[in-house]
Amino acid sequence: MFQLSISRLLQAIPTLWIIATLTFILMQLTPGGPFDQEKPVTPEVKKLIEAHYGMDKPIHEQYIQFIVKRLQGDFGPSYKYAGWDVDEIIAQAFPVSLELGLYALIIAIFIGVPLGILSALFHKKPMEIAFMSLALIGICLPAFVLGPLLLLVFSTELGWFNPFGWNSFSDRILPAFTLGLFYASFIARLSRSGTLDVLKHPYIQTARAKGLSSMRILVVHTLRSALSPVVAYLGPAVAGMISGSFVVETLFFIPGLGSFFVNSAFNRDDTMVMGTVLFYAALIILFNLIVDLIQIWMNPKLNRD
Amino acid sequence: MKFIFCLIIPLLVQFFFSLACTPAQTNVERGISEQVLYLGIGTEPEGLDPHLVSGVTEHYVLLSLFEGLTTVDPKTLEILPGVAKSWTISEDGLVYTFQLDSKALWSNGDFVTAYDFAFSYERILSPKLGAPYAYMLYPIKGAEDFHKGATDSFASVGVKALDAQTLEIQLHSVTPYFLSLPTHFTWWPVHPPTILKHGAMTDRISKWTQPKNFVGNGPFALKSWRLNNGISVQRNPLYREAEIVQLNGIKFLPINLESEERAFRARQIHLTSGVPTARIDWYRAHRPDNIRFDPYLGIYYYLVNTDKAPLSDKRVRQALAYAINRESLTEYVLKGGQKPAYHFTPPNTGGFTAQQNFTYNPDKARALLAEAGFPKGENFPEIELLYNTSESHKIVAEAIQQMWKEELGITIRLHNQEWKVYLDSRQKGDFDIARAAWIGDYLDPYTFLGLGISESGNNHSGWKDVQFDQLLKETRQTLESDQRFELFQQAEDRLIEAMPFIPIYFYVRSLLIDPSVEGWHSNILDYHPYQFISLTAED
Repeated sequence: MFQLSISRLLQAIPTLWIIATLTFILMQLTPGGPFDQEKPVTPEVKKLIEAHYGMDKPIHEQYIQFIVKRLQGDFGPSYKYAGWDVDEIIAQAFPVSLELGLYALIIAIFIGVPLGILSALFHKKPMEIAFMSLALIGICLPAFVLGPLLLLVFSTELGWFNPFGWNSFSDRILPAFTLGLFYASFIARLSRSGTLDVLKHPYIQTARAKGLSSMRILVVHTLRSALSPVVAYLGPAVAGMISGSFVVETLFFIPGLGSFFVNSAFNRDDTMVMGTVLFYAALIILFNLIVDLIQIWMNPKLNRD
Repeated sequence: MKFIFCLIIPLLVQFFFSLACTPAQTNVERGISEQVLYLGIGTEPEGLDPHLVSGVTEHYVLLSLFEGLTTVDPKTLEILPGVAKSWTISEDGLVYTFQLDSKALWSNGDFVTAYDFAFSYERILSPKLGAPYAYMLYPIKGAEDFHKGATDSFASVGVKALDAQTLEIQLHSVTPYFLSLPTHFTWWPVHPPTILKHGAMTDRISKWTQPKNFVGNGPFALKSWRLNNGISVQRNPLYREAEIVQLNGIKFLPINLESEERAFRARQIHLTSGVPTARIDWYRAHRPDNIRFDPYLGIYYYLVNTDKAPLSDKRVRQALAYAINRESLTEYVLKGGQKPAYHFTPPNTGGFTAQQNFTYNPDKARALLAEAGFPKGENFPEIELLYNTSESHKIVAEAIQQMWKEELGITIRLHNQEWKVYLDSRQKGDFDIARAAWIGDYLDPYTFLGLGISESGNNHSGWKDVQFDQLLKETRQTLESDQRFELFQQAEDRLIEAMPFIPIYFYVRSLLIDPSVEGWHSNILDYHPYQFISLTAED
């Protein structure tokens, strides 16, 4: 396990370097720059501003300088938000996205897993059909439909929640459900099929024949291996939940990193693009590693492979 | 199995119910009792340094934090004393001497001096700072040369602090609207010791605008600022007229239009930055007291690339302009009270309203097109209409595409580009017709007609006209307003005759406003000094 961790972390270095280089090239190729505006500055002024940020140097020099700076942990100032550094913005916004992602994760697991298991236990009964239909709806409803729907019902009509903001605990609920229900649906389907698979095994029959209670069979003998597809899915899902929440953040006016991630590309805020891309890339690598470790813990056979 | 039901389902139910807690008091109610205004501003400001920003959103926030030499009466748009309590103008109209208010203080207790203004003007004009709006100070003698690097010495610029209380500004030519300029944020002072504490005078990257470092001289002081979460300001007890300020604070919330509208309906904000088009009818029908359409100093127009055939032919451009039914466009498509535009300068800009030189006239349009060699649109090459990706531009473009098809028999391809790509294409002249807009910077027709000057960096049409340039030059040397307006009218005539910019409609600022807000007067500059605003409880 230790070896795996080390080799994975070493692999991360060239991966990050390739991502950084590709992002750098793509940004150079994109038309329009960070300082283009409706009322454009004169070419002289634009040159001065670009010189201020070192954008007047030849491309290869810019690239070398850029790599060196990132290695030193310096992500530079945001082009768009004068007076803010990229790492400051990430430090301010990421905890918000993380918190939202964690709530969504809790919702996804605590709704998804029970629904999936119940469906498997009631295989070919009306309850399974009902639960799986619910899950299908959850998968089909994108956040930009579900979010406004939840807002309409619970905020505008019932007045239970604030329609926007990130101040009190109750402000976390609608966004967390908007983000989490999609993943919950997916997890429900995965845990259903996982459980069904395991339940077919002869050792479950044996357990039943021995007169064990269904609860014990489920918790002790089934869940561990039944949930392994769910765990595999959770790696990218968690990364998605804490990074891909642009829609939810915009909809509910949440100061998370997702909206910076997307808007930085629109603003051509190159330093911000690079900062968020590298940050998320590192995060995804880390989560995939954690998931692999958990899977090995759950199924030691994998370690030998 | 029953065990599972007993365990999980009640847990889930309880979870849902424990979450459903009703907010006790809305922001609007809380705001009224605490005199705190909750204001939607649409997007996150790019910064709080008045010399480095250029947008409308930034103006909203900065107006609470800074004050210039003069300010504006929000009801009449009359110029009021700001930091300058009085001023004299030399007989030739070239030298303005401002006497500063001795009560004017920075939020840290320092006096606001004439030296601070001189420092600020040197800062914004320094080429190294790269201030996007430095050209706003060009009426000052020598300012343009200094800004363009022709000289390094600020002594050659006509700004002089005669003593701590007296500021003298020399203009390079007569500028009749000069006193309205210092109401714009580019003319506002910054606190020199604060700037220098966090970097050099011309550093763009500086931490001085962060709440813990910030020093301003406006009616409010910066309390907190978190990106995408809002800016909070509180009453500045050191403001020179602190006694007239009624609000205790303002919360600026950068929420997008749709969320803003929801927030307004839930009584979470007092004022919005706009109204989604789809919701206008609903408010008109159900809550007419909450929706307002204020005239606004801006024009929406189509920019024509006059270097490309067949648009290089004046008659084609005129035909396109005459075939647009602006009345039906504003009434049925836009619906927001926009005014059809038949000239370029919005009505009543600094007292000037241009004469209308053309009307919606499809017959004439067809005749002109035929004259240009395209009878009934035959052989007319397919040209492209470029707009930046947005639902509101799309519906206008589609309506006009349809009108041109029906009236002129020509086919236009619609092409949308993401904002920065669009700006790049426009800059490079890589378009046939492009959607464009212009918002006036100050109350004078020059801010609009200046766009058509041959050397203007904002004229992307390729149209150049020596006589037009000459007319505008003359307006800058004439003091008498009737005479100036006559010159502006002639310039308008030439512009409309050549039609490099096809006027579509004049903007309105549509907003949702809670009845508790007092003092938010409708004015064409959308200028609302917060010291005149208060919140009163409804009866």
